Amino acid sequence: MTDFPILSVIIFFPLLGSIVLLFIKRERADLIKTVALIFSIFEFILSLPLFFLFDETKKGMQFVEKYRWFPEWGISYFLGIDGISLLLILLTTFLTILCVLISWTDIKTKVKEYYISLLFLETAMVGTLCALDLVLFYIFWELMLVPMYLLIGVWGGPRRIYAAVKFFLYTMAGSVLMLLAIFALYYLFYKEKGVFTFNLLDLLGAHVPISLQYLLFAAFAISFAIKVPMFPFHTWLPDAHTEAPTAGSVILAGVLLKMGTYGFLRFAIPLFPKAAYDAIPIVSILAIIGIIYGAIVSMMQPDLKRLIAFSSVSHLGYVMLGMFAFNVQGVEGSIYQMLNHGISTGGLFLLVGMLYERRHTRMIADFGGLSSVMPLYATFFMIVTLSSIALPGTNGFVGEFLILLGAFKAKKIYGILGATGVILGAVYMLWMFQRVMFGTIKHEENKNLKDLCKREILIMCSIVFFIIFMGVYPKVFFKKMDTTVDEFLRFVKERNAYYQTMSAITVGRGEK
Amino acid sequence: MDVKFPLDELMLVAPELVICALGLFLLLIEALLKERARSIIPILTLAGGASAILILLELAEVRADVFFGLYSLDSLGILLKGLFLLILILITIVSMRYLEREDILQGEYYPLLLFSTFGMMIMVSSKNLLTIFIGLELMSLAVYILCGMLRENLKAAEASLKYFLLGAFASAFMVYGIALLYGSTGSLDIREYSQFISKGNYSTIFILGVALLLVGFAFKIALVPFHMWTPDVYEGAPTSITAFMAAGVKSAAFVAFLRIFYTAFLPIVKDWGGILWLIAVITMSYANVTALVQDNVKRMLAYSSIAHAGYILVAFVTGEKLLSSSIIYYLFAYAFMNIGAFTCVILLGRRGEENLDIDSYAGLSGRHPFIALCLTIFLLSLTGVPPLAGFMGKFYVFSTAIKAGYVWLAVIGVLNSVVAAYYYLRVVMYMYFKEPVKEIGEIDLSSPYVLVSLICIFFLIYMGVFPRDLMLLAERAVSSLF
Repeated sequence: MTDFPILSVIIFFPLLGSIVLLFIKRERADLIKTVALIFSIFEFILSLPLFFLFDETKKGMQFVEKYRWFPEWGISYFLGIDGISLLLILLTTFLTILCVLISWTDIKTKVKEYYISLLFLETAMVGTLCALDLVLFYIFWELMLVPMYLLIGVWGGPRRIYAAVKFFLYTMAGSVLMLLAIFALYYLFYKEKGVFTFNLLDLLGAHVPISLQYLLFAAFAISFAIKVPMFPFHTWLPDAHTEAPTAGSVILAGVLLKMGTYGFLRFAIPLFPKAAYDAIPIVSILAIIGIIYGAIVSMMQPDLKRLIAFSSVSHLGYVMLGMFAFNVQGVEGSIYQMLNHGISTGGLFLLVGMLYERRHTRMIADFGGLSSVMPLYATFFMIVTLSSIALPGTNGFVGEFLILLGAFKAKKIYGILGATGVILGAVYMLWMFQRVMFGTIKHEENKNLKDLCKREILIMCSIVFFIIFMGVYPKVFFKKMDTTVDEFLRFVKERNAYYQTMSAITVGRGEK
Repeated sequence: MDVKFPLDELMLVAPELVICALGLFLLLIEALLKERARSIIPILTLAGGASAILILLELAEVRADVFFGLYSLDSLGILLKGLFLLILILITIVSMRYLEREDILQGEYYPLLLFSTFGMMIMVSSKNLLTIFIGLELMSLAVYILCGMLRENLKAAEASLKYFLLGAFASAFMVYGIALLYGSTGSLDIREYSQFISKGNYSTIFILGVALLLVGFAFKIALVPFHMWTPDVYEGAPTSITAFMAAGVKSAAFVAFLRIFYTAFLPIVKDWGGILWLIAVITMSYANVTALVQDNVKRMLAYSSIAHAGYILVAFVTGEKLLSSSIIYYLFAYAFMNIGAFTCVILLGRRGEENLDIDSYAGLSGRHPFIALCLTIFLLSLTGVPPLAGFMGKFYVFSTAIKAGYVWLAVIGVLNSVVAAYYYLRVVMYMYFKEPVKEIGEIDLSSPYVLVSLICIFFLIYMGVFPRDLMLLAERAVSSLF
């Protein structure tokens, strides 16, 4: 079993799916959907063994695959996962099934291209999460852009072109700078050790001069911060979220944004620990601004999808705050919050998508009193809303609680300011829920809305299952990441201390 | 002095001779052939190109200076000759249907294409300035005529005349530069210049000669501010010739430029490197910003080709010997991207109506998904999206710049490629996101076009995913520069 290249199979299985779709006649829309569904379900099933075979007591990367690709340059095909990427891969493969299901009736034009893009995107996402070679990582990272660009641009809302182009240019601008930073690191390592390599695990041992470290960290951090998105790089997100089709929003919120936070954890922080430590105040303050700003702006949004989009800015602010607390609680909470956000914000986008399919509007003002005509829908909406505002017993609570705990431990003021976001979060979500669900029905069209069909119930049940399961019994997931997070923190602290002494020595020399 | 012509050395230049002889032969038989039988001309051209490649493969390991040192066989020349023959073959396949549609005279077109290829092959395999110049002129003269092949078209006439006049000026600059260099050193062999420089007694005349040579090449490669002819000529010329110019002529000029400047003038790289730094920045920035506002796709691709010359210059400036292999790789990638993209441009046109405005591309994905997909792949490769060859080219070029310490140049370069992403994606956006706005008529998607598109896509993906083979070849090739 150990020799079976399971990660490669998981990465390229969806690609195989999209190639299969390429050869199906476009008139046979039902067949295309079914094939896409089968592939996405099999992909999930394929990824499940990872969870059970993953040895949580072992440090370092597992399921490693390494092949020479361009040995003269030190580029290799190098895959491996740890406790962090394991959970994110499962989230990706799980959400993709829901995306295929939710698009069943939603997407009516160019069905074939749609599912090809979706499966292709899955390959790129899983690849990004598995890659341990910087070039390979960059290739998958850039590859995510194209299908997402098409998803927003072809099947999106009225301002889709603007949103798609903005999305593409913003992310590309960030990533090209990261590419230059990768080169700089590569040559630095070569000068130091005499070996050309893009292997992340080797590069982690590089000694990066401190002044250079700030620059390189900045290049990586800006690229990832755009993806997260952190305030003030968030402006592409509301447009992209609002205009994307439902599945696009789900993927965007559920997985693509996590690539930014994952990038921090996997690359930016461990590669440049001293710079990361010194950036704590900046990142934390920006994260807190994001939390509060996102919440306040959400409150004022007339459009449901835009409201959720800004709430994402707020939620991702928590993730960043927790991560930069650099203690076990903060980092674990941050990773957990990444999963939560994928489930609950993904769930909210799914729900809004269902409503939009029925009424072709997302304006809060067009609704009201829906709970009486769509009781089932309202119930699901309530549960997901509560998860989003972190009610104890739901998954959201576990994540936010740990993050705030971590933040308090790191610096009280960050914790206090961060906690205000929880209150604001409850305000905008509950107010929105009240305006949409309660009261009397003001609009004639809303009286005959159909409640959820079986397919939609199935989708929502799976979301609710995870909301409650992850809220009540988080241990299953924490168990998988404990060792990884300990190892991560130990490594970062050690390296930071190393750089501290190095700089102390140089300063000492300077004084003499 | 008794000079005996080295007949046995003719064997070593057999690929060149095949191409040249075939050109002459086609000119002759064209007069004798009946109208219907003329379709044999492209077939013969293809056969000639293919056999030249086969002979070239036979000679691949031969390294020699022939004809009293006027002509050289080295790995750089051989690699590039292979590229030119490949370009010749691809362009010939594209032209088969295109000439018929536009009613271009086959009898002149193919021989001129062959002569031009012959010129390019000479250009890249000599270490003597005069031989290089002869190759350059042979290539240019043939292309001047080819640009004007659409005789009834005013724009084509303008393109041809403009190209000829400005090109003649550039040639004059270049030949004057060569004369000055000869005057101050007494030699035309570029290998002797570096020794001359290392003695340290080079004069202002010598520097002036280098500068004039640089201007001449900057014109041929279309670097800002010597690029003025490019958009008009690229737009007016028959599209197959535009592709030929973008892929072939530019590569040949770049490689001759590389050979002369890296072999002869590397010791004074500080003097010309600074100028080229500035030219690289201006070229990239100007061309990309101007391309943003082009609504004519052919013109947009013309500006994009100027911008790409700027990217290549980024690696050129560094003066790092071994890293110059990135230039060779980029030229290969660039050739396939451009031939592919221009093939798609040809496909959209009809006789007398080229449909070059971006509105013609609106909604293409619905009507012709195959063309839209192909063009998207070419444009993404031009943008530099992995895993296509265009990405690997940029990857290589910018890593070269970082390694040599040209950080700012690299930053400006990558930011420029973000600007470029906008106008490349704009075409993709029109094809996929918009509804058709105008009727462009029946599209002749016949097999030659499909074949060329698929070949180009194959190379772009292959070179992108497995860059190793070509990169190692390129590294070996540039080692022959010194």
